[in-house]
Amino acid sequence: MQPFKQHTGVVAPLDRANVDTDAIIPKQFLKRIERSGFGQFLFYDWRFEEDGKPNPSFVLNQDPYNQATILLARENFGCGSSREHAPWALLDFGFRAIIAPSFADIFYNNCFKNGILPIRLTEEQVAELFERTYQTQGYPLTIDLEQQVVTDTNGLRFSFEVDEYRRYCLLNGLDDIGITLQSEAAIAAYEQKRPLYYENR
Amino acid sequence: MKPRTMFEKIWDQHVVEQKEGKPAIIYIDLHLVHEVTSPQAFEGLRLAGRKLRRPDLTMAVMDHNVPTTDRSLPIQDPIAKKQIDTLAKNCKDFGVTLFDLHSPKQGIVHVVGPELGLTLPGKTIVCGDSHTSTHGAFGALAFGIGTSEVEHVMATQCLQQHKPKTMEVHFKGSLQPGVTAKDAILALIAQIGTAGATGYVIEYTGEAIRSMSMEERMTICNMSIEAGARAGLIAPDETTFAYLEGRPYAPKGELFKQAVEDWKKLATDEGAEFDARVVVDLDQVAPQVTWGTSPGMGMAITDTIPDPNSFATETEQQAAKLALEYMGLKAGQSMTEVKVDRVFIGSCTNSRIEDLRAAARVAQGYQVAPHVQALVVPGSQQVKKQAEEEGLDQIFKEAGFEWREAGCSMCLGMNPDILSPGERCASTSNRNFEGRQGRGGRTHLVSPEMAAAAAIKGHFVDVRKWQFKQKGGKSYATV
Repeated sequence: MQPFKQHTGVVAPLDRANVDTDAIIPKQFLKRIERSGFGQFLFYDWRFEEDGKPNPSFVLNQDPYNQATILLARENFGCGSSREHAPWALLDFGFRAIIAPSFADIFYNNCFKNGILPIRLTEEQVAELFERTYQTQGYPLTIDLEQQVVTDTNGLRFSFEVDEYRRYCLLNGLDDIGITLQSEAAIAAYEQKRPLYYENR
Repeated sequence: MKPRTMFEKIWDQHVVEQKEGKPAIIYIDLHLVHEVTSPQAFEGLRLAGRKLRRPDLTMAVMDHNVPTTDRSLPIQDPIAKKQIDTLAKNCKDFGVTLFDLHSPKQGIVHVVGPELGLTLPGKTIVCGDSHTSTHGAFGALAFGIGTSEVEHVMATQCLQQHKPKTMEVHFKGSLQPGVTAKDAILALIAQIGTAGATGYVIEYTGEAIRSMSMEERMTICNMSIEAGARAGLIAPDETTFAYLEGRPYAPKGELFKQAVEDWKKLATDEGAEFDARVVVDLDQVAPQVTWGTSPGMGMAITDTIPDPNSFATETEQQAAKLALEYMGLKAGQSMTEVKVDRVFIGSCTNSRIEDLRAAARVAQGYQVAPHVQALVVPGSQQVKKQAEEEGLDQIFKEAGFEWREAGCSMCLGMNPDILSPGERCASTSNRNFEGRQGRGGRTHLVSPEMAAAAAIKGHFVDVRKWQFKQKGGKSYATV
């Protein structure tokens, strides 16, 4: 996993609440057995017309947002299906961070497993960022995970909370399966005391 | 000892290791696997040279991407076929039991687990599917995970988890005639919103829950995720034990008795505290129908579609406007005047035998409206077989419904069962997101009874006024 320490990039405003994972990556693209190449299908129904041509009114089809690396959205981002294809598609498109007032649990968790930083800010802070994004074409933000702050070049500085362990794994790009496997002795000991009636026989 | 909630008891029992400043490592008793969210996980194991730790606690089934038409024919879509074949190969390579397309035990993973007795009280159960919350109906801590965690469980039989908060959802009163478990859960979601339980595990309580069958409880727990909760729980009781006894993978004889003794201790202790509490007054709940593009956008069939400007926040107003535009509906409209083009009875929410019986009871003796295409997709091959033994398939077919093979089907439309742009569907599934059932498709979530009635009338109706045609049939008004 690619570590996340500090990142500066263009912010794409997606002014919607409850953006679900079906919208992020529609079902017809879940048949692939690979982890890569999902970026071309990101937000497919919004991004493309029925004939497959890009929809010019969708934000990610507009310059400079087609090069955005930070996504800004409203509350409950990533609700719905557990499909990890959603963060895979966001990452493959180029997004490294998502800012919203709240996220759905499974999606939030899936982001950290893929080197994407989901940042919770207050509704007022998110509203302020939308304002600034609309005022300045190609509005850039800098995200510093070590300091836990979001800053712009005009003095804006929002700090954010993130679980200490998730922060540590993301800063170092750690594979958490490897970490759990270090507890092999504890897992084996636990298995010795599991009730017999939970064995599938 | 401090009184504990059922969630806390199950959690405590499964902590393998808890170190300061780190998430707990919890043990997983059952890992359910399907074709869509597992190929990258199996590949990850191969790439890292890791073994699948407990193939005996891992069970696989093909459900999301399978055709519901004649299974003796080859799958037309080459990419879908490759995904199906990949699961078969992975299960063979890693020694996992698989219920494939031709197995009499095949079906939707959340229907199959309980009916085989794999789902047991007090277990931790995960699956790469958000509706894993269904299994909480048995008092199992069950939740959906992403593919990275699927790989994590395969490699370690454990997960790193941050302890969630607990919420009690108390159903007060009782379900009124014509009102179902589906209406109860839709009413809850409309009340607290789709993020209302984010960060929580819900425990459902109340007399109404106690008097529900296992299938009704599964419908309730299934849609916990639509309220934002990863898991929903119901304390196991005699109804639970009676359902499980004798099922193929459930413990037998003395072992079962011993298990039941332990399971009886799982219930939340008197005086245990929840982090939040919500009350839903079932006496006030009418049959529900969603009007928008989020499961929280629901209303009673007797209400009119809300005005977007009536919502409290700007974000909600904007969401309601976008939803009405997408759905082709207007504020103030009554849902009973809204025509449907398609009807889908199925999904892990409502495809079990009781759901099919309820829908058949409404359909019996009637004909599906000429402009409507209606589909019944049983949750599993076992449900299908039982329904056929009871003659339900005949009732549906005579009424003009299509009778299909088991799978997820039109709930998410990965297979060829999808809506065309602009088509409106009364669906017993769980999500009415934009494009969920097909690009441009318009989904309204309802109970099986409401879906069957909409199929016949060609528009939404209040099923409480239904005139049943079968012998001795009564209207709900006279029940």
